[in-house]
Amino acid sequence: MSAQPVASTAATPNDLVLDVRDITLRFGGLTSLDKVSLTHTRGEVLSVIGPNGAGKTSLFNCLTGVYFPQEGEVRFYPEAGVERSVLGRKPYAVNRLGIARTFQNIRLFNALTALENVKIGIESRQKTGPIGAMLHMPWNRREERESDAEAFRLLEFVGLTKRANEVSSSLPYGDQRRLEIARALGTRPQLLLLDEPAAGTNPAEKRQLEVLIRAIAETGISVLLIEHDMKLVMSVATNVVVLNFGQVIASGTPKEIQRDPSVVEAYLGSGDEADSAAVPRKAAKKAPAKQPPATRTED
Amino acid sequence: MCFTSQFWQLTVAGLAIGSLYALIALGYTLVYGVLQLINFAHSEVFMAGGFGGLFLVRELVGDTAPGGAAAVLITTAGILGGALAGAGTAFVLERTAYRPLRRRGAPRLAYLISAIGASLFLYNLAGKEFGRLAIPMPDIYTSGTVFHIFGARVTTNQLVIAGAALVMLIALDRLVAKTRLGQGIRAVAQDAETASLMGVDINKVITLTFIIGGLLGGAAGFLYGLVFNVQYTMGFIPGVKAFTAAVLGGIGNVRGAVLGGLVLGLVENYGVACASSAYRDIIAFMILVLVLLVRPSGILGERLGRSA
Amino acid sequence: MSNPTLERGETPGPGSRLPWHRNEDYRRMFSLLMVGLVVALMTGPSGNRDHPTDGFTGSWFHPRVLLFLGAAAAIGVLMTLYDRSKGAGRRNPLQPVIAPITAVRDRMTSQPLLRYSVYAAILVFAVLYPMTLTPFWQRVLVDQIGVYVLLALGLNIVVGLAGLLDLGYIAFFAIGAYTTAYFTGKLPVAPPFTLNPFEVVPIAILATLVAGVLLGGPTLRLRGDYLAIVTLGFGEIVRILAVNGDAFFGTNVTNGPRGAVGIPHPSIHAFGINYDWTLKSLPYYYLLLVLVVGLLIAFNRLENSRVGRAWTAIREDEVAAAASGVPTVKYKLMAFAIGASTSGFAGVLYASKVGFISPDNFLLLFSLLVVTMVIFGGMGSLPGVVLGAAVLQWMPQVLRGKVPPEDRYIYFGALLILMMIFRPQGLLPSRRRSRELKLSEEGLGGADSLGATPGTTS
Repeated sequence: MSAQPVASTAATPNDLVLDVRDITLRFGGLTSLDKVSLTHTRGEVLSVIGPNGAGKTSLFNCLTGVYFPQEGEVRFYPEAGVERSVLGRKPYAVNRLGIARTFQNIRLFNALTALENVKIGIESRQKTGPIGAMLHMPWNRREERESDAEAFRLLEFVGLTKRANEVSSSLPYGDQRRLEIARALGTRPQLLLLDEPAAGTNPAEKRQLEVLIRAIAETGISVLLIEHDMKLVMSVATNVVVLNFGQVIASGTPKEIQRDPSVVEAYLGSGDEADSAAVPRKAAKKAPAKQPPATRTED
Repeated sequence: MCFTSQFWQLTVAGLAIGSLYALIALGYTLVYGVLQLINFAHSEVFMAGGFGGLFLVRELVGDTAPGGAAAVLITTAGILGGALAGAGTAFVLERTAYRPLRRRGAPRLAYLISAIGASLFLYNLAGKEFGRLAIPMPDIYTSGTVFHIFGARVTTNQLVIAGAALVMLIALDRLVAKTRLGQGIRAVAQDAETASLMGVDINKVITLTFIIGGLLGGAAGFLYGLVFNVQYTMGFIPGVKAFTAAVLGGIGNVRGAVLGGLVLGLVENYGVACASSAYRDIIAFMILVLVLLVRPSGILGERLGRSA
Repeated sequence: MSNPTLERGETPGPGSRLPWHRNEDYRRMFSLLMVGLVVALMTGPSGNRDHPTDGFTGSWFHPRVLLFLGAAAAIGVLMTLYDRSKGAGRRNPLQPVIAPITAVRDRMTSQPLLRYSVYAAILVFAVLYPMTLTPFWQRVLVDQIGVYVLLALGLNIVVGLAGLLDLGYIAFFAIGAYTTAYFTGKLPVAPPFTLNPFEVVPIAILATLVAGVLLGGPTLRLRGDYLAIVTLGFGEIVRILAVNGDAFFGTNVTNGPRGAVGIPHPSIHAFGINYDWTLKSLPYYYLLLVLVVGLLIAFNRLENSRVGRAWTAIREDEVAAAASGVPTVKYKLMAFAIGASTSGFAGVLYASKVGFISPDNFLLLFSLLVVTMVIFGGMGSLPGVVLGAAVLQWMPQVLRGKVPPEDRYIYFGALLILMMIFRPQGLLPSRRRSRELKLSEEGLGGADSLGATPGTTS
């Protein structure tokens, strides 16, 4: 944790990137999120943890325009001093604000190559319309070159240069995860939401992911991370928020969270076998460090 | 208002044609319930019913209108004949245009295209075999005014259509609500995967759903032919209207389809009184677009797999 | 993505003990025999209203039925033998035919020289060959094939690239044609100024673009299969308006079922060029050739641009596309409008070539015909779509006199079903599309934008 990005040193209470205030999301009679608040300092890696069904993915969907919570507010600060409300915007509009995301169950464009997948993200910021494209205008060609260059740069960043021209569905699982991150980075976000990026990956891939998340944070992009894998969370997160039954039950640095009795209670008290892997470090050692990839249908 | 002067007359006519739309709409809604697909070829099921009923009735009716008990029997036979022809067509349709795709797990676009192909095939084949001119139904009875209600004339044709439709609608409602098959249909509509794990034979349920939709649609085809003519292209317009009715009531919702059919029949008739009968068919499309814009889930909502 | 796949049918291995009627070989034989009966019926004599069974008896109680059944049985036996010889690994029997074509195509992508020489050869052929044809075939080439190639190219953007099913496509063709009739002064209502058909082109494109946006704007937000039926309705509305337009609130606007007559031929009087197109087909052919080649280049660039990639993304996974910042509705609308304006453009050319239009030129059937061309040739594949349109318009002319012309739609309907069962990617598939279809059958991805449910996407 010593290699924290420089950006966070300048963090003051006013330098937020995301400010979630009291959002409540109900489905019929079921309250999925209950007055959830959290603040995300620019440049930090904030991790949201919690047992299955705690509302983590619901929270993500509220932040990305998929669900509209009945109450509360979500403010996003693309840069210091600029405030934008996230709620009420459609998913693509949220992305345009500067919030990019990945999916818990990988959602790549399967018939496109890795390079093309990344280009889709990049090109959503370009301007060429259909007529320019048909006429092959010089500015269109320039954009195309820029898009290629940027896509290669991002593939290199996530370590997939060699696979640039492979069809994305043929990539190994861990590579697909990283490709999805590259695609999200292509939209030049200020805030990157990662939904269980380590789910289903093997230990080697997990280490690569750890390095990658740190590298992303070092470029100044704030990362909001939902994760089951405690080891990963403890090693990359600056701050942690714990959700249970749709409520925030604790927040603080990873060290504080590990000591928090209510957190231990939430995990151990739930008696959920599958979640034992998500128990803070000490407990996790007893349980086999096996990641349940079975949560892929939740989205 | 333009329709107030003949309000009751228009209402009677609207309910009669509306109950036909309801019968056809059920075919769309049932199939949509189990497959989440619009069966574009359902209008040809309706057409097949028209021809089936027509040819059967033509064999039974002599040179003069039979009248009396014979007329009742022949009408019933015509409805049954139409229903059987419709069911047979629907069965073949499911086997050839849908099942091979389902076995392969084809994308949705493929189903739509294959259904359109089936529709194109069936109605043009009918045109080839039965001629392309409109064929009038032979006179089974002389349709005249039976009685008046609020000063509006109610004709024999309208009574026959509404009566037959009512019987079939009640029968279907009971079937879906009470029988094992109905239970299966509802289960598949709610969650096909779970239903199959619970031992429901999905293929069988789908086939039977097509057949039930075909029975209703085919019978509607015959009833339609009683009033209008039978022609190879007869399915298209009532088909689109019935689809509108299904969406209007909430596609996948059985009672919604009935309600949608009746509402559409009424609105169409009032609308014609206001504009011109030339625009009769446009009214339904306008309603369809409006419903989709304002409330795409329909009046009663898309309660898939619910009989209520 | 709700895929209507409910069950991946049981595929019993070859040696497994099943009742005979469930055995794959017998099932196939049964299907083939049924197909034989249907083909016998399709090709048999026609009936009519007074003799509705003539067609059936004439094809099934007639020695010719044996020919069809025999052929079906022979094919069945051959297929079974083929399977046995190959063992368990059943392969596409057409593979030997398709493999060389795909090999050439693969080499064409890697070798630009080969690619351009193939293009040049095709172009030279397309320029020279029609000169040797009789006037009849030249007319077919323009009125039937050329115009429909344009239509199919436009619809390919909508169906093939954006994955949207437009069943009222011919309505835009009608709007283009009626716009031409109006601005050349051939409709009962007088235009503010009369124009040469060439000058109508931008107006017609604009008009169809607007019509496309007006129709697509509200409906493209909905589930994809609703779009199909709404466009179907739109196509009928346009036609009904044209038919009843001779008494549109008391004025004769469209001349009703009689249509517009005497629409002038286009002519160029600019840049020192003076040329008048006449009744002759060949000059029109070259005009169309230039336009088609131009559109092929433009659409090919479009497909490989950010716009084309965005369409692919939407087709495959609308949710992920939106999450990657792609405004999905805007892009669908774009595809819809480009398709519509291409159709309108074709309408101008058709009206001025033939000189006469009536509502009968714009039947729903023709919309379905264009869909068939795109599917048959290969969704999303430019050469495929051109080939599909050409073959499907050429065939009926060859079979003229042998098959009643109205019967062609029976064959087209059957063709659509067969294509969907056996070769959904079409004759000359686009690489992306065939990859998608394959993946979709493995349960990955969508291959069309019809799967999205309202509320989850923009």
